[in-house]
Amino acid sequence: MKFSALKTYAIVYLIFLYAPIVLLPIFAFNDSKVIAFPLSGFTTEWFSQMWQDDLLFRAVKNSAIIAVSSAVLATCLGVFGARASTRFRFPAKAGIMGLIMLPMVLPEMIISMSMLVILLGIGVPLSLFTIIMGHVLITTPFAVAILSSAFQSLDKSLEEAAYDLGETPLSTFRLIILPLVMPGIVSSLLICFTISIDEFIIAYFLGGNQTVLSVYIYGQFRFPAKVPSILALGTILVGLSILLLTIAEYFRRRGIAKTGGKDTGGFL
Amino acid sequence: MGNASIWGRIRQSEAASGLALVSPTAIYAILLLAAPLATVFLYSFAASEQGRIVWDFSFDNYIKIWTAPNVQLILLRSLTVSMSVTLATVLLAYPVAYFVSFHVPASKKSIWLFLITIPFWTSYIIRVFLWKGIILGYNGVINTVLMGIGITDEPLQAINYNAGAMIMTLAHAYAPFAILPIFVALEKIDRSLLEAGQDLGESRLLTFWRVTLPLSMPGVIAAVLIVFIPTIGDYVTPDLIGGGKVPMIANMIEVQMLKQNNKALGSAIAVTTMLIVCIVSIVFLLLNRRFLRAQK
Repeated sequence: MKFSALKTYAIVYLIFLYAPIVLLPIFAFNDSKVIAFPLSGFTTEWFSQMWQDDLLFRAVKNSAIIAVSSAVLATCLGVFGARASTRFRFPAKAGIMGLIMLPMVLPEMIISMSMLVILLGIGVPLSLFTIIMGHVLITTPFAVAILSSAFQSLDKSLEEAAYDLGETPLSTFRLIILPLVMPGIVSSLLICFTISIDEFIIAYFLGGNQTVLSVYIYGQFRFPAKVPSILALGTILVGLSILLLTIAEYFRRRGIAKTGGKDTGGFL
Repeated sequence: MGNASIWGRIRQSEAASGLALVSPTAIYAILLLAAPLATVFLYSFAASEQGRIVWDFSFDNYIKIWTAPNVQLILLRSLTVSMSVTLATVLLAYPVAYFVSFHVPASKKSIWLFLITIPFWTSYIIRVFLWKGIILGYNGVINTVLMGIGITDEPLQAINYNAGAMIMTLAHAYAPFAILPIFVALEKIDRSLLEAGQDLGESRLLTFWRVTLPLSMPGVIAAVLIVFIPTIGDYVTPDLIGGGKVPMIANMIEVQMLKQNNKALGSAIAVTTMLIVCIVSIVFLLLNRRFLRAQK
């Protein structure tokens, strides 16, 4: 009795969570300029209209450059941070790790404005590069979190065995540790890429006059006629996000299975 | 003596290699996070003249913030909105977290968690767009339903552009954030405690009230903080759902920093926001400590 009431609630809750995402493709294929029920017919016109926009292609290219660079840089920084925090004890550890993880909870507006103040202060022109700097800062905590769980489940005796067999710390890292945490690294790359592609505030304020995907979408809000093609774009983006996340989840689980750990659930 | 110094050296070398390893990440965070935040902090005591910072140490900006009624109104609105969002998300999330932790078989738990987290990872701006256009819009789902069941004859104009719509959008956006910490806390509860409670004659409801709920409080408090902090600084929802008519702190910071070019006042507002966030966090962390002590 109690069980089924709770289960019903949980399912209603999931429907509430997914409602917008489910409505998105419905209206993206709907043959009407007005976003409203009842639906009037099936069309792929909005997708082809979207395809003809040059500005969109530039935005996609910029976003791809930013997301790939941020994901690679943040994952590298994440490897350092996660390895240090799981393997070593060092002075001021809580403070240092707290600072590294801070962007996860600090409002993005404050991060972007304080970066903007200092960038303008020392005269750095706003460009794709400044967006990358910001995105690396906000995605690093996620990389550290994912990689920490990968490093945590490593058996320390494997490493000691390698030392005993005459490997140097560097070759041990390359031959033993890296292959074992590789799934974590892949998962971190994918998550950081997804966050960076979707991020708006930093891209908007630190981008100067460069347009990236999220800023492009934001700009289209002002034109009601463009709404259906934005929905088409949104459908593709959401599909892509779900695909990347599923791959990331697959690698995360495989990583845990590989090192013999226990699956404790989600990403965070 | 010799023994102690060897241990000292080992510990020292561990500390040194740990610090060396963490340094690239730490230096990045210091240069791009700590230094900018410190600059904002310094700016907040300066003055702004025609967009230039004049180093004239004073509390003028803070006095302005705490006396100007329009600034007070926005601060108060941000607090109300983010507290309502926090209350709604945490209350709605708790039963879901409880269900996944206690009633879903262990092998299916991560699938449930994965399903819950997916919407969070899809583009925030697209989700806000959907709320505005499809659900809350003039011809949107809510108006269609209301007209369909005959509550109103004409679409309601007022659904958009108000604090209620903002609260709904934000509560939806941050829902997964609230579930995860509560779930983690519930998972840690020793199930034999619950059995003991029931063996000793407590009803299920009383067991929940006296055992499960207090033990899961750290997760609830983490959920409160993890939802409250980003929502109070949200920029997109007030801008798009509120249509610029109901600005919150982040929008005010933008206006001061960029449109008015008053970086000193903008910095002071940013520092005030961080101060509010800190005070709320400390209050809740103290509450958490009380709960942890009560358990012992």
